[in-house]
Amino acid sequence: MQFFLEVLIGGLLAGVMYAMVAIGFVLIYKASGVFNFAQGSMVLFAALTFVSIVERGAPFWLALAATAGAMVLLAVAVERLLLRPLVNRPPLSLFLATLGLSFVLEGAAQALFGAQVHALELGIPDRPFTVGGVLLSSFDLFAAGIAAALVAVLALLYGKTRIGIAVRAVADDPVAALAVGIRLPRVWRAVWIAAGMVGLVAGLLWGARVGVQFSLSLTVLKALPVLIIGGFSSIPGALLGGLVVGAGEKLAEVYVGSRLGSGIENWFPYVLALLFLLARPQGLLGEPRTERV
Amino acid sequence: MNDLRNAFPGPGLRRDTRPPPPDALWAPLLRVEDLSLSFDGVQALSQVSFEVKAGQVCSIIGPNGAGKSSLLNILSGLYRPDAGVVTFAGERLPRLAPGEGARRGLGRTFQNIALFGGMTVVDNVLTGAALSARASFLENAFRLGRARREEQAHLARVAEILAFLGLEAHAQTRVSQLPYGLQKRVELARALAAEPRLLLLDEPMAGMTFAEKLEMSRFVVRANEELGVTVLLIEHDIGVVMDLSDQVVVLDYGRKIADGAPEQVRADPEVVRAYLGEAA
Repeated sequence: MQFFLEVLIGGLLAGVMYAMVAIGFVLIYKASGVFNFAQGSMVLFAALTFVSIVERGAPFWLALAATAGAMVLLAVAVERLLLRPLVNRPPLSLFLATLGLSFVLEGAAQALFGAQVHALELGIPDRPFTVGGVLLSSFDLFAAGIAAALVAVLALLYGKTRIGIAVRAVADDPVAALAVGIRLPRVWRAVWIAAGMVGLVAGLLWGARVGVQFSLSLTVLKALPVLIIGGFSSIPGALLGGLVVGAGEKLAEVYVGSRLGSGIENWFPYVLALLFLLARPQGLLGEPRTERV
Repeated sequence: MNDLRNAFPGPGLRRDTRPPPPDALWAPLLRVEDLSLSFDGVQALSQVSFEVKAGQVCSIIGPNGAGKSSLLNILSGLYRPDAGVVTFAGERLPRLAPGEGARRGLGRTFQNIALFGGMTVVDNVLTGAALSARASFLENAFRLGRARREEQAHLARVAEILAFLGLEAHAQTRVSQLPYGLQKRVELARALAAEPRLLLLDEPMAGMTFAEKLEMSRFVVRANEELGVTVLLIEHDIGVVMDLSDQVVVLDYGRKIADGAPEQVRADPEVVRAYLGEAA
């Protein structure tokens, strides 16, 4: 039982890390219906920018502010150079544009900061300790706390603030939003900035955990099953999906893995996502898609 | 404008039956001159001119295909006229980008309801109120002083409007769960929340029962009398508008065939012919 709890909690905490990446997707998807393939590259770009500034001797807070500034500039550039020219195009065009953006970002990151792996020290001790006989990692707990705070801030922003209402209005019906005078470019900028900030947080936590390296952009692949399970249009869904994937893959690895050969962890989330696509395509908390013909 | 309104209520079948003021006292808020528009050779509007005076309710009526919606779409910037000039509040109106009209004080409701179905009534109306906000994104993000004050002011104004239109009980209801007549009223509330100078209503009573039409008419008149909003209303049904309008403009096949006080228009032989056919 104790072992089961340990695996479960470890899995849930890992799931929080997946959720952080997935939330960035949801923000953009909700407001513009675009599946932003570049979210993983944004995570990488943020982490690399931060670590490179720190390595040049800047203090933590300065590096954080500078990286946040870079993410804001990136969001503004994306709105200007990518979204605006492609307005009214089908979602597939926008998706492909974000695919292109991911290559541009990774290329730019490599050109600016090089391709080597950087260690990232956030100053959070990763000491294991036991609560009631269950082994926990202080770093994972910290990451979970950050994720909870992030979701709380986003919920607040989405609530009654002007920009939050505008974002929800655009997500609900972009044409109606335009008609009542909501400025779409502003809303897009706002969600890309928010997604950039979420990417920054995810990048720092992932970077501290596994090192800042190019494989960080592959977190996008892990976010996909999280989104399918949680629902593309729900922030709490992304969090829930992350927890399900995290806990599911760890439990599967430990309890089923020995029978099927190990390495189950790598493909289990996708099988789970497939099952969801068959049984509940909108995900746990997503809105069911109904189309009138 | 509000004071003027109270001092000199417009003509029409209103509670107040004092005589209308001399024409000179009403400044035209909207002036349309020689407006023409054609689609692939079909003349949707030809040389239509009229004025809407500040503080009045003006209705544009006409049979299907008379050019009413084309006219409204020019006013809200969706179509560009082939010829003609639109002057709003003393300023010549350029071709407007979508949404620009709303920000200039041209509120609008739509024939096919354009509400945010997944959001609550309050949030829908807040999108209208939010137009006047000045706080920046960062102020909003961190809920600094100005953003917080604006938010409070907006909520207060929205509460007032909901009370005004009798929607308080539905404030937290999702719009998609409301019946049609109430949705129309929410759309009016959202348009009013933006504090428009001119309210364009595109068939606000289409598809309503008689009782609902009567109720809606009452709200339009109250918005005009108590909030001082100038109203330009498009309606298919000639009967509905007579009781609530100060001025009625009749279009037929893109031409203006009558323009004046309701009783005057009602008696116009050309209007009778357009509505009832040659035999009448």
